[in-house]
Amino acid sequence: MVGIIGRKIGMTRVFDDAGKSVPVTVVVAGPCSVTQIKTEKTDGYDAVQIGFLDKKEKNTSKAELKHFAKAGVKPKKVVKEVKGFAETNKLKLGDSVTVEIFEEGEGVMVTGFSKGKGFQGVVKRHGFKGGPKTHGQSDRLRAPGSIGQSAYPARVFKGVRMGGRMGNRKVTLKKKKIIKIDVEKNILMIKGPVPGPNSGLLLIRK
Amino acid sequence: MNKVDELVADTLKTDIPDFGPGDTVIVHTKVKEGDKERIQIFEGIVIKRKGGGINATFTVRKISNGVGVERIFPLHSPNIAKIENKRLGKVRRAKLYYLRELKGKAARIAEKR
Repeated sequence: MVGIIGRKIGMTRVFDDAGKSVPVTVVVAGPCSVTQIKTEKTDGYDAVQIGFLDKKEKNTSKAELKHFAKAGVKPKKVVKEVKGFAETNKLKLGDSVTVEIFEEGEGVMVTGFSKGKGFQGVVKRHGFKGGPKTHGQSDRLRAPGSIGQSAYPARVFKGVRMGGRMGNRKVTLKKKKIIKIDVEKNILMIKGPVPGPNSGLLLIRK
Repeated sequence: MNKVDELVADTLKTDIPDFGPGDTVIVHTKVKEGDKERIQIFEGIVIKRKGGGINATFTVRKISNGVGVERIFPLHSPNIAKIENKRLGKVRRAKLYYLRELKGKAARIAEKR
């Protein structure tokens, strides 16, 4: 598996060879630096830690400074791990990872945090049908209906779907097709939407 | 221009003629049938122009065999070979939705001089 960290900058459209309009999300991905290589022997599993976006030294803790110094790179704002990256690409500490690891037309996994929706009812949050609109109904339009039985068990079971905080959770989409790659500008164009707001951070793997 | 628009700026067409709502246009579209490509013509009144940049579209309405037909074209689509502005229309609206309720003589648009 290979991966890169990116930042979503917005959506637009491109026209394919057949002249069809294809919706794309534009992501600025990398260049990332390898900040740590984890191995089965030392850490119990194989993974590569990559860092994205530089940050100032004064905003970095001493522990972090040492960690990045070991890899010989500037302190990074974002660090993520990608499992099984080292063997496939023979990466070394401090190496740079760019969008060149991907090819146009292939499917990737995109992980990000979805937009927060705040406190939402069951109709929006869980896709409940709600109640009838007419036939003498009042206050039932977006109600959840029954949430359990009566005297026995005399309580609501755990895990019953109700209203609550929605969104702002980790979402992974698979088989997102890469439409275009711009190596010079570090840009990936991915077909369709990806989780999160513009300027949200994404982990793109394959 | 924001960052996203800059990326697709080179795919924008520069040879689009000046036309707007009320104008009668002839749209030459490329149609692929098997390996052959031919040009199909759609002629009608522009009832709206919408969006900007690469997302811009326009809608053309015509009466075909007594039935109203509207077609929405992406302005910068490579499938549009040519747009001809046949007749300038004099209208006082940007969106001519009112034409949908009119037919025959009432649906005519005066020519701009």
